[in-house]
Amino acid sequence: MEVELSEVKVESEHFWWGSLEDLRGVISDRAFKGETMLLHMGPQHPTTHGVLHLLLELDGENVVNCVPDIGYLHTGIEKTMESKTYVRAIPLTDRMDYLNPPANNLAYVLAIEKLIGIEVPPRAQALRVIFAELMRIASHLVWIGIFGLDMGAMSMMLYCFRERERILELYEMVAGQRMMGTYIRPGGVWRDVPEEFFPAVREFLDIFRHKLDDYERLLRRNPIWEERTHGVGVVSADEAIALGMTGPCLRASGVNWDVRKAMPYCGYEQYEFDIPIGENGDVYDRYWCRFREMEQSARIIKQAIDNMPDGPVMSDDRKWVPPPKSEIGHSMESLIHHFKYWTEGIRPPKGEVFVMIEAARGMMGCYLASDGGPHPYRVHFRQPTYMHISALPHIVKGMIIPDLVAVLGSIDIVLGDVDR
Amino acid sequence: MAEPVDVVEALKAEFPDAVEDVIEEFGELTLVVKRESVPEICKFLRDADGLRFKMLADITGVDYYPQNPRFAVCYHLYSLDFNRVVRIKTYTDENTPVPTLTDLWPAANWPEREIYDMFGVRFEGHPDLRRLLMPPNWEGHPLRKDYPLGDEPTQFSFNWRRIDAGKPYVVRPPESDSD
Repeated sequence: MEVELSEVKVESEHFWWGSLEDLRGVISDRAFKGETMLLHMGPQHPTTHGVLHLLLELDGENVVNCVPDIGYLHTGIEKTMESKTYVRAIPLTDRMDYLNPPANNLAYVLAIEKLIGIEVPPRAQALRVIFAELMRIASHLVWIGIFGLDMGAMSMMLYCFRERERILELYEMVAGQRMMGTYIRPGGVWRDVPEEFFPAVREFLDIFRHKLDDYERLLRRNPIWEERTHGVGVVSADEAIALGMTGPCLRASGVNWDVRKAMPYCGYEQYEFDIPIGENGDVYDRYWCRFREMEQSARIIKQAIDNMPDGPVMSDDRKWVPPPKSEIGHSMESLIHHFKYWTEGIRPPKGEVFVMIEAARGMMGCYLASDGGPHPYRVHFRQPTYMHISALPHIVKGMIIPDLVAVLGSIDIVLGDVDR
Repeated sequence: MAEPVDVVEALKAEFPDAVEDVIEEFGELTLVVKRESVPEICKFLRDADGLRFKMLADITGVDYYPQNPRFAVCYHLYSLDFNRVVRIKTYTDENTPVPTLTDLWPAANWPEREIYDMFGVRFEGHPDLRRLLMPPNWEGHPLRKDYPLGDEPTQFSFNWRRIDAGKPYVVRPPESDSD
């Protein structure tokens, strides 16, 4: 049966995000005349690392404009947290940046601790540092694996996930869960590590050093990979700052800024480590910074284990911290504290704080406003990848599509982190 | 490099009328400023010697319902040279737009869109003020305090049919008049 072309209707009224008319000013007028092509990349596309949708305006293979569309993983974490107590909201933070959950916990918990002004015991500080750095390595491993896959070095992914699995096993040993551990709590960490934990970490670090060399050789001897990363997606230092880029992406552009050095938290000032700084700000430098960062993380973990202080892993300030189970059996006061803590929750004083930490992907900020009640009045997370995707259209203008894939891979996005 | 300058003194000398309140608590400095002077204050903070708040760390909104004006917009600026943070805060209501910062920092684009999406605060001069996280045809602004927290029942095998029958895609056969 033949179909008359005039009968085919294009429902431009219900374009995928409203009408195309809304985009006037974002995409060029040439698109409306039909001179350039609009191409949807995603939401299910292997190189978008999750459900990211890019609307590309193409002139041949050159990207004229790129319009990212996010929100596919929006779960309203900030809204939900407002209805939970302060402590019960911590598990929600795990689910944001699911490749690096301890950093999310840490940002939120540090904000609470800043409000209530609690002293954290040194052993808990060191354990926090160990897990933040272990997960930084795990997160960078996933990044290098998937980035290699994007760039035509397919075997990387298999090897990197093997080492990542070992880190997740270490986390499981302590937190009882591979990824969403909710291990960091206000006043310290949930529980002390088991005996076999430190030997296991040492063993991992020994193996990991050699594996890193292997990975570097796998990538650097791959001519396709080399060709596609050098000189691609260059961002200058001033541009990177103005675009709100942080973390390895900012340092690749030559800006020496790391929150761990600039505003040390959790006792980072006690550890010796270097901040790898790139020069050109291209895709290769972003890779290089992350790679060197993993070595530095391993260095920090080693120092933390060698100088691990003894003592409690949780503060004993009963106003903010629940009593241990052993006390509840014979102390009426502890029973009351326990009951109050888990039913009503803590009531931090009225005020607002903004805490910055260095997560794996960059500076993560947590804005926490309290009205003196048991629920957080407003929690907002400033996510590094959110800023990186918003910077993407500025970086990729005029590039060809394969380079766009390289840039998108190099800024290391996690869509759970972007959408929250 | 110039010596760091006290933020409050510098601002009060430059903009005597714009700074309404100065709050220092939890070791953080908050400056409550007039809505219309936000861009020029931020430009001054970014460019002046001894201040150099070059990085826009974050923009976020807060709903202080039922206070009037109910919304606050908080700008967190960070100075790479002098390693310090300042919070600029301004208040607005549903109808009054806040001037945009996208001319100063391209990084302000998405956070402002998110605040528009979540709170319904409009930004004057923003080049692309569309919803960011919610679908374009969404009604209401979810992070407002008078917006209810909704939920969706989880479908398991035992309650699948009951929940499925209530979904909007279910088409019921038209009821006939004969019986």
